[in-house]
Amino acid sequence: MPTPILELQDVSVDFDGFFALTDLSLSLQPGELRSIIGPNGAGKTTFLDVITGKVKPTKGAVSLRGESILGLSEQKISRLGVGRKFQTPRVFNNLSVVRNLEFAAAPNKTPFHLMFETLTSSVKDEVYRIMDYVGLAPYAKVEAGSLSHGQKQWLAISMLVAQAPDVILLDEPVAGLTDDETARTAELIKSLAGDHTVVVIEHDMEFIRDLGAPVTVLHQGQLLTQGMMEEVKADPRVIEVYLGQSDDH
Amino acid sequence: MKLFRKLVPWILLAFAFFVLPEILSQFRLNLFGRYFSLAIVALGIDLIWGYTGLLSLGQGIFFALGGYAIAMHLLLVTKNDFTTGANGLPKFFENYGVDNLPFFWEPFWSFPVTLIAIWIIPAVVAGLVGYLIFRNRIKGVYFSIITQASLMVFYHFFNGQQKLVNGTNGLKTSTTELFGMIVGSDDAQLLLYRVTLIILPFAYLLCKFLTSGRFGDALIGIRDDEARVRFTGFNPVPFKVIVFLVAGGLAGISGALYTVQSGIVSPQYMAISMSIEMVIWVAVGGRGTLIGPIIGAVLVNYLRSLVSEALPEAWLFVQGGLFIFVVVLMPDGIYGWLTKGGAASMLSAFGIAKRAKTYPSLDLDEQVNLEPKTITPK
Ligand SMILES: Nc1ncnc2c1ncn2[C@@H]1O[C@H](COP(=O)(O)OP(=O)(O)O)[C@@H](O)[C@H]1O
Ligand SMILES: [Mg+2]
Repeated sequence: MPTPILELQDVSVDFDGFFALTDLSLSLQPGELRSIIGPNGAGKTTFLDVITGKVKPTKGAVSLRGESILGLSEQKISRLGVGRKFQTPRVFNNLSVVRNLEFAAAPNKTPFHLMFETLTSSVKDEVYRIMDYVGLAPYAKVEAGSLSHGQKQWLAISMLVAQAPDVILLDEPVAGLTDDETARTAELIKSLAGDHTVVVIEHDMEFIRDLGAPVTVLHQGQLLTQGMMEEVKADPRVIEVYLGQSDDH
Repeated sequence: MKLFRKLVPWILLAFAFFVLPEILSQFRLNLFGRYFSLAIVALGIDLIWGYTGLLSLGQGIFFALGGYAIAMHLLLVTKNDFTTGANGLPKFFENYGVDNLPFFWEPFWSFPVTLIAIWIIPAVVAGLVGYLIFRNRIKGVYFSIITQASLMVFYHFFNGQQKLVNGTNGLKTSTTELFGMIVGSDDAQLLLYRVTLIILPFAYLLCKFLTSGRFGDALIGIRDDEARVRFTGFNPVPFKVIVFLVAGGLAGISGALYTVQSGIVSPQYMAISMSIEMVIWVAVGGRGTLIGPIIGAVLVNYLRSLVSEALPEAWLFVQGGLFIFVVVLMPDGIYGWLTKGGAASMLSAFGIAKRAKTYPSLDLDEQVNLEPKTITPK
């Protein structure tokens, strides 16, 4: 088996006595598409916080391409090729769509490069290609703050693609999207897998089924089970903690 | 129309440069010279606060450092009865029985060194203070408190050092000589007025350069969502250090020009109220616009002169009222109000017209407010 691109071993996160993650181990192969589900508060977002350097785990190891990334800053981990979309579409509201994308796409991220270097036409073309692909091209000069919720989600995902990371982490990419937008997002994500390693965190079961990827179920900070959607759905423990309560949402 | 709007500031500048000296009395012209020098420190505040979200309440430190630098030079090189004591040193040293020039005065014999020191000393101090603050991820209110605390440290230090910098009395420049002219003379003051008007547009263009390109996008990104900037692979620390350093340098230049036009530099320039007033000028003029802070600095200080001449005690009340008026009714300041919405945005404050979307941003942003709610169990 090749080295996993991303690996977590026995990771625990202790928020003042409350364990948001407990002894979580998980590994991802290059190009893999993985879905992660779990009820609210299961620790899914915390899991991404640990990978991206926002939260330092109390215990355990996190490695990227076989090398530990524990204790690295968020920006270092990002530059090593880990990109993240937040649970809410965090885009820069006071910048135009194209400037949001150019900011994410910048190959050199130092102040001096931003001051004195103009973006190469290949980067600019790539930005336009992405905007075309997700249908944001007509809004290129529009301030991101005035986009609709769905457009912001797509802009946030587009910024990730522009950033060109090897590992793409998506926290609830279809929250608040219409059915049609959700289906198109599923297509987009499937097209990203292969070239990128993609982790998708979602509540929406329909969407997870559309992705057709292996599913990892988290519950109370622990790994409950893994498998294909059909197997996972049939697991009585999953029904109890997750599917059983989906009616009350 | 667009071209016209671009030209207006330059027309006003030419007007101030050529016409105002002809129509204003020397007294009034000198006051305007001071206002224009204050506009330079305001530009720096807009860079760090309006664009980058760093509300510094300590710009007086850098302002005063620039003022002291030029004053020390002028006191050293001037040899006349008003300025020089019996031992050949600046006169105030006599009062404290100081016969040897303190070592840190030495570099200020040189005019070129002084011209560089005026901005480089404040810039380096700002860069160091900024680096320590930003590296430790101190943000928001805590940043403001630390800058204000640093201001108090500097204030008390300069106040207490009679033997080094004449303590609370400060350094008087009006009787010193520059290019063979007494600095307080009409000719010298006219020259300094024009020098100020030449430097102001350069300060503006520097800030414009820093805020309009991709570097400016990064500043706005840091202001609106710093964590997001980090996750995009940028380290915000050097960006913040650079703008804080530039703002410090601009404050130093501003302080030097202000000092030679008001005739004195003293620790009062590092009083808490002065640094807060600088922020008020920016808020009143319109932050994040660069033009706004210039308007704010000139207008508020002009108003202050007018009110103080008529009713000396009333100014603080007027200033407070003005600030509240602007914060409530013109959140984008005078310039923002002129360029977008205008009267409509004022009506909206009374609930008469529709409320427009306002920046800033994070605590008003519904998405950011949503995030903590959605991560807690339903
Ligand atoms: N910074 C924090 N301090 C304390 N508790 C936290 C913090 N962040 C998350 N939590 C808690 O950890 C648990 C897991 O949260 P989260 O990872 O956001 O869950 P999910 O994304 O699966 O809904 C929740 O109970 C949440 O309240
Ligand atoms: Mg979450």
